[in-house]
Amino acid sequence: MKLKQISVFLENRKGRLWKALNVLSEAKINIRALSIADTSEFGILRMIVPQPNKAINILEENNFVVKINDVIAVAVPDEPGGLDRILGILNKSDINVEYLYAFVEKKGEQAMVVLKTEDIDAGIKELKDGNITILSTEEIYNL
Amino acid sequence: MIWNRKAECMSAEEKEELQLRRLQEVVKLAYENVNYYKKRFKDLNVHPDDIETLDDLKKLPFTTKTDLRDAYPFGMFAVPRDEIVEVHTTSGTTGKPTVSGYTQKDLDIWGEVMARTLTMAGASKKDLIQNCYGYGLFTGGLGVHYGAQKIGATVIPISAGNTQRQIQIMQDFGSTILTCTPSYALYLSEVLQNQGVEPEEISLKSGVFGAEMWTEEMREEIENRFNISALNVYGLTEIIGPGVAQECTKKSGLHIFDDHFYPEIIDPENLKTLPHGEKGELVLTTLTREGMPIIRFRTRDITTLRQEKCECGRTHIKMDRITGRSDDMLKIRGVIVFPSQIERAILNIKGLEPHYQIIVTQPHHLDELEVQVEASNILFSDEVKHIEDVKKNIEDHIHDEIGLRVNVTLVEPQSLPRSNGKAVRVIDRRNL
Repeated sequence: MKLKQISVFLENRKGRLWKALNVLSEAKINIRALSIADTSEFGILRMIVPQPNKAINILEENNFVVKINDVIAVAVPDEPGGLDRILGILNKSDINVEYLYAFVEKKGEQAMVVLKTEDIDAGIKELKDGNITILSTEEIYNL
Repeated sequence: MIWNRKAECMSAEEKEELQLRRLQEVVKLAYENVNYYKKRFKDLNVHPDDIETLDDLKKLPFTTKTDLRDAYPFGMFAVPRDEIVEVHTTSGTTGKPTVSGYTQKDLDIWGEVMARTLTMAGASKKDLIQNCYGYGLFTGGLGVHYGAQKIGATVIPISAGNTQRQIQIMQDFGSTILTCTPSYALYLSEVLQNQGVEPEEISLKSGVFGAEMWTEEMREEIENRFNISALNVYGLTEIIGPGVAQECTKKSGLHIFDDHFYPEIIDPENLKTLPHGEKGELVLTTLTREGMPIIRFRTRDITTLRQEKCECGRTHIKMDRITGRSDDMLKIRGVIVFPSQIERAILNIKGLEPHYQIIVTQPHHLDELEVQVEASNILFSDEVKHIEDVKKNIEDHIHDEIGLRVNVTLVEPQSLPRSNGKAVRVIDRRNL
């Protein structure tokens, strides 16, 4: 099950992150998970939101460059070694992980992680075969 | 269509004869009526009688922007001030402005060359010309205006700025020809696009764009966005305003109206005249102006002259698109760089917006060149390495063009300044 993630280009300038989040806040869009990749010159704000298309429209109206793409959300046992097992499966199958970040919320006793593999379909298949719980869009949005 | 077939398709012999006769007259007029020229001629020990062939023009002194500035305001006029019916000035961004004075006859000539210019862009009595060049002391607005009126076209003197109104009028009136700076044309097309107006919903067929440097790539961009023919006009206030030269629809160089303006190319370093086909600084002499004749004006514009047959039938000598200015050429770590080269590199990359800014700094006694480019959807990705590849690709393109490594910074869309007039492309922060 693929999950939609939106990414926003941020110029490395004072107030840009705030502006992006402020635009979403004004539109009453709740952010489920978020991560920022930063370099010395620019940043990429990646987010999981319940209404990705609405979020894209509102951000583009405010002159942000936005991209939408697929990621995988998985449930991870909230105990030592939980994430280790998931990454182990991908490593064994030679699947490259581009990046990974965690949700703030928990699903029952499980933590949740967003990850992007180079090949999304292969990633999903291997994780499923390894009995990892992949979360559906509905599960994420209805948290 | 040709406005003045007799003048524009003249044979070489006939033209040379006319040019020589007019040159002799104008040199005499300048010498006898302008103190500046009398003094300069005497300093160089030349006299109007020394002009026996067109080649003798070489003996005469150059006129520079500084000379014109020193004559501020009316020192270059060759007729009593009350014979002057109109004045224009340069913007004066680099110092005191230069004044240009026109007699009624000069205005008639200006209207004539601008009628030729607009006709090259397909204008006839039937057309609606939306003139977004500024009206006022700037020559752009009134130059186009006089040409349009001579043709009998309908001129919309909307002047520069107020983009919303420009778009409204373009749609409501059905403007067929657009006249403005190329950067403003791009801006207008961007706004049209943002408002969801399709090229089919406007009636434009061509545009006469000038007053700033632009490139072939920019032309393509404008032509595609508006679905028009975008033609290059050249001119300068010191000589007359727009209407010194104009491209015909063959787009193979600009025809200089050489029955009124005599062009030469010189090496800007040693000031020697260069043969046709060689690149150098354009020097212009007015052949027919009576209010303010100008002898050998150094334009600082870099181009090449080509005396070749044009398919359109005109015999005017052609000049290449201006590729730089001998004075706003940048020297970066000893290498000569023109902003237009960087623009060409940027526009060669798919998905890049034609908005950029060049920032020159000298952080550690070494020149650094930063080029800011607006990010677009096509360039952006959720992965850092992908964006860094894009950045490196742009840097490589610029390196291929200018031979220097530069640092490209991607900035957010719409964050670089747009302008109604001349775009500010270079910010030089060095203490030179």
